[in-house]
Amino acid sequence: MIRSVTYITEFEPNCVLARPMNKPIVGAMQATSDEALISRIAGGDRLAMQVLFARHHVRVYRFVLRLVGNNPTLAEDLISDVFLDVWRQAAKFEARSAVSTWLLAIARFKALSALRRKRPEEELDEETAGAIEDPADDPELTAQKRSKSEILRKCLMGLSQEHREIIDLVYYHEKSVEEVATIVGIPEATVKTRMFYARKKLSELLKAAGVDRGWP
Amino acid sequence: MIATRDRAPEREDIETLLPWHAAGTLSRRDAERVEQALAQDAELARRYEMVREELAETCHLNETLGAPSARAAQRLFAAIEAESAGRKSKFSLDLGGWLAGLIEQLSPRTLAWSATAAGLAIVLQAGLLAGMIASQHGGATYQTASFGEAPASGPGSYALVRFNPAASAADITRFFDVHRASLVEGPRAGGLYRIRLSPKALPKDELAALVARLGEEKNVVAFIVPAQ
Repeated sequence: MIRSVTYITEFEPNCVLARPMNKPIVGAMQATSDEALISRIAGGDRLAMQVLFARHHVRVYRFVLRLVGNNPTLAEDLISDVFLDVWRQAAKFEARSAVSTWLLAIARFKALSALRRKRPEEELDEETAGAIEDPADDPELTAQKRSKSEILRKCLMGLSQEHREIIDLVYYHEKSVEEVATIVGIPEATVKTRMFYARKKLSELLKAAGVDRGWP
Repeated sequence: MIATRDRAPEREDIETLLPWHAAGTLSRRDAERVEQALAQDAELARRYEMVREELAETCHLNETLGAPSARAAQRLFAAIEAESAGRKSKFSLDLGGWLAGLIEQLSPRTLAWSATAAGLAIVLQAGLLAGMIASQHGGATYQTASFGEAPASGPGSYALVRFNPAASAADITRFFDVHRASLVEGPRAGGLYRIRLSPKALPKDELAALVARLGEEKNVVAFIVPAQ
């Protein structure tokens, strides 16, 4: 099969910054491999399903967990449902996007559907999350003891679901503008502006927590 | 001044790309544009450092979320197992589907040709629904052997089961009677039903042995695993 290859400047997964890799080769290998698995799954190959599950389930779980809040049981149920959909729909996968993008799009749909069923009492909204203090520290000690990194992480958790989602997709799941647009179902221009406003909100939360970054 | 103003939209555009540049997901062309801008603009470079901090902490935060337990995989592959077994058979036992089909057949739309028949259908539906509600709440004298006793959650020992498509209703009723089991919920995806095997939480080994014993009743049980 002849595949068109888009050249992308790429690095290893974000948490291991940042040795450049040969994206055209590595990306194509990974994509072909996932696609091959999907093809085998469409033929009822359970081993291929196990490989795909092993490869992607942790990231899908973390994505879902961040969307549904601190509810690991619900997140586990949802990822089972996500991969069961893959099992059922594999024959319909047209490879217009990466398999991981397809998985995250299914996961997002299921997570938001679950949230809609549970709202409003179980949703941790932005204001509530921002108001939660670490019970271990009193306010005076907080500023001294917490590093900037810890504050940043707390503020990341305090973002709205919409802002958390886009930041996770871009930074942790390494999704391009186009892929985020596919997963979230919004235009690419909106992806960029939403990311900008998510970061702006993050800066505001940081400032309120005593960390002024001088931006925006 | 004019040159500065002309550069402003370009700078804004570059700034919106910084997160993707840090993540390494830009096209080569865009990445080169960003690199050039960063080399010439100290303020932009400072903001890029902020982006890199955000990226690092987002990764850190996600990595601390842990991984799902084995339950997720068990649940998935039990459903796949059941579904695969179901595909092999042309006929599947789907009590929910059967009931829905029955109600649809009795719906006013189907029987709209006759006002009398429609009225009869509504009465029958009302009777069926009332019977279902009453049986779930223990308020009626009629109750199936398998439904209505067990709470959907709480203490007890449970299993997920898919019945043999060839099993008759009498076989399944006898199965529930003999093993004192109760239907808790279903059908789930793949024709799976959750049943309660005991009001007590049996030790893991004992539950596994019981499930294995029930699984030997091939004429009734196509698939069974312990469940929560």
